[in-house]
Amino acid sequence: MNPFTSHTGLAVMIDSANVDTDQIIPKQFLSKVTRDGFGVHLFHDWRYLDEAGDEPNPAFSLNLPRYQGASILISKENFGCGSSREHAPWALADFGFRAIIAPNFADIFYGNSINNGLLPVRLTDVEVQQLMDEVEANEGAEVTVDLEALTVTSPSGSVFNFEIAGSARHNLLNGLDAIGLSLACADQIARYEAQLPTWKA
Amino acid sequence: MAKTLYEKVWDSHVVVENEGEAPLIYVDRHLVHEVTSPQAFSGLKVAGRKLRAPEKTFATMDHNTSTKSATLDALSPMARIQVETLQDNCKEFGVRLYDIHHKNQGIVHVMGPELGITLPGTVIVCGDSHTATHGAFGALAFGIGTSEVEHVMATQTLRQNRAKTMKIEVRGHVGAGITAKDIVLAIIGKIGMDGGTGYVIEFCGEAIEALSMEGRMTVCNMAIEMGAKAGMVAPDGSTAEYLKGREFAPKGDAWEQAIAAWAELKTDEDAVFDASVVLEASDIAPQLTWGTNPGQVVAIDGLVPNPEDESNATVKASIEKALKYVALSAGTCMTDVSINKVFIGSCTNSRIEDLRDAALHAKGRKVAAGVTAIVVPGSGLVKEQAEAEGLDKIFLEAGFEWRLPGCSMCLAMNDDRLEAGDRCASTSNRNFEGRQGRGSRTHLVSPAMAAAAAVAGHFVDIRKAY
Repeated sequence: MNPFTSHTGLAVMIDSANVDTDQIIPKQFLSKVTRDGFGVHLFHDWRYLDEAGDEPNPAFSLNLPRYQGASILISKENFGCGSSREHAPWALADFGFRAIIAPNFADIFYGNSINNGLLPVRLTDVEVQQLMDEVEANEGAEVTVDLEALTVTSPSGSVFNFEIAGSARHNLLNGLDAIGLSLACADQIARYEAQLPTWKA
Repeated sequence: MAKTLYEKVWDSHVVVENEGEAPLIYVDRHLVHEVTSPQAFSGLKVAGRKLRAPEKTFATMDHNTSTKSATLDALSPMARIQVETLQDNCKEFGVRLYDIHHKNQGIVHVMGPELGITLPGTVIVCGDSHTATHGAFGALAFGIGTSEVEHVMATQTLRQNRAKTMKIEVRGHVGAGITAKDIVLAIIGKIGMDGGTGYVIEFCGEAIEALSMEGRMTVCNMAIEMGAKAGMVAPDGSTAEYLKGREFAPKGDAWEQAIAAWAELKTDEDAVFDASVVLEASDIAPQLTWGTNPGQVVAIDGLVPNPEDESNATVKASIEKALKYVALSAGTCMTDVSINKVFIGSCTNSRIEDLRDAALHAKGRKVAAGVTAIVVPGSGLVKEQAEAEGLDKIFLEAGFEWRLPGCSMCLAMNDDRLEAGDRCASTSNRNFEGRQGRGSRTHLVSPAMAAAAAVAGHFVDIRKAY
């Protein structure tokens, strides 16, 4: 996993609550057996007017010229709800996003994002709205997400604090391989298995 | 200290718990399917890691498979590669696989319980959000992403933080014609589609205890649709009766041990939940969704809501967006809404009891002109049972199509897909925009409501049939 320490970049908004993983990456793109190449299909049904993905929807925020190159996505509550498909963070990261900011996230999506070095940041409703308003009002405005300091800095310089579990923060900052860390517990796992009753062994 | 059911199962699965780290918990059973596993298997291969417990890992193919033909030729080229990749991976890593030719093949959350893989007090995971289904047996079961699938394959454990606990009690008894689907949709309507985020929910109360195992699975299945980590129901006599004699359920002395262990799996009387919700079963009418998320739900005798009545700006915007997508006007009576497609199936409602319920409303009737209705049994075993009971004939004579097992039109990864503008009465679990096909509109209902809508061509209040 790529480490995440601090990132400054152009922000774009999807001003809707409950953005589900079926929207982030529709099912017709889930048949691939690799982790890469999903970015082109990100938000397919909202982003393109046609099924083939040749005609961009000019009204969709990610297609607006002022947001090209955006690397921070700001949205409303319950972002990433629905299906457990990890293709959703794969698509967001492949498109170029490094961080997602929302009032809250669905649990599975939140964990999947961290496992892929894509930082999910929870801010309050009021803070998210302020960020959206500032980004909207200032073309080219950048937002900074600092995982070491646990802060988000808005275009006007307002600083918002956020929280994340210490272990997730540590793994993200260091780009650690979670499986490797758990494999170091092999002896404890074997001891646990040895005491399992027959009915569930 | 008094504990909830969830806390008992959790505590018995902690392998390592260090200060400042998410605890490492043991996974008793890992269910695998073709869509979320290929990248996990390839991750193991790249890192040169072994699959730790192949005997605790069970695979089937369900998301991509054809419901029209049990052949690989019926699949799209990419789907075929994905299915063949699962076959190759299961062979290489020694994982038991129920492929499209096996009688046990089926939707992963139908297969697990009916083979006795799902047991009370176990931790069960799968790369699929509807893994919550297995909580009906008092298991702690939840969906995971592919990185976590790989983690479980390599270690038979997961890093997890303890969830908060919520008790949802459904008191009293439901009226005639009210099913588990109506109960769970009513719950989602009450607490909202993210009302359960961060919680493991225990469903209890007389109305839950009165449900069959199939009904309890329907309720727990949709715990994820209220955002919950998992849903659970305490095991009881119905649970043991359902499991006894199933292929992978314990036998002999092990069965006796299990029964003794399961008797402890209930929330202690003075245990404290972080949140509690109560519903009166007698208040629950047949439910159906009107919008584009499972929380946008209304009783069959209700009306499509008016965004002007909503004071919260974000909620108001969501209602407006949904109304535009589903092409319904505020104030419309749900019984005036016509449909042209019906889907009876999915991990929510494709078990034998669901098909019996639907058949009751199809028997001796005909699917309305202009309506296409398909019935997709959840597994090969469900299909076999339904055919032994003659349900297939009832459906076919009424003009429904009788298909092969799989996830089918719930997520429309195969060719069972709606067209833009189609309006579907669906027994599945998600009515998101485009879920069943781009531009299509989904209304979530019970199997009985779906069959009745197929016959009438519009939604009907099935209570009037009783």
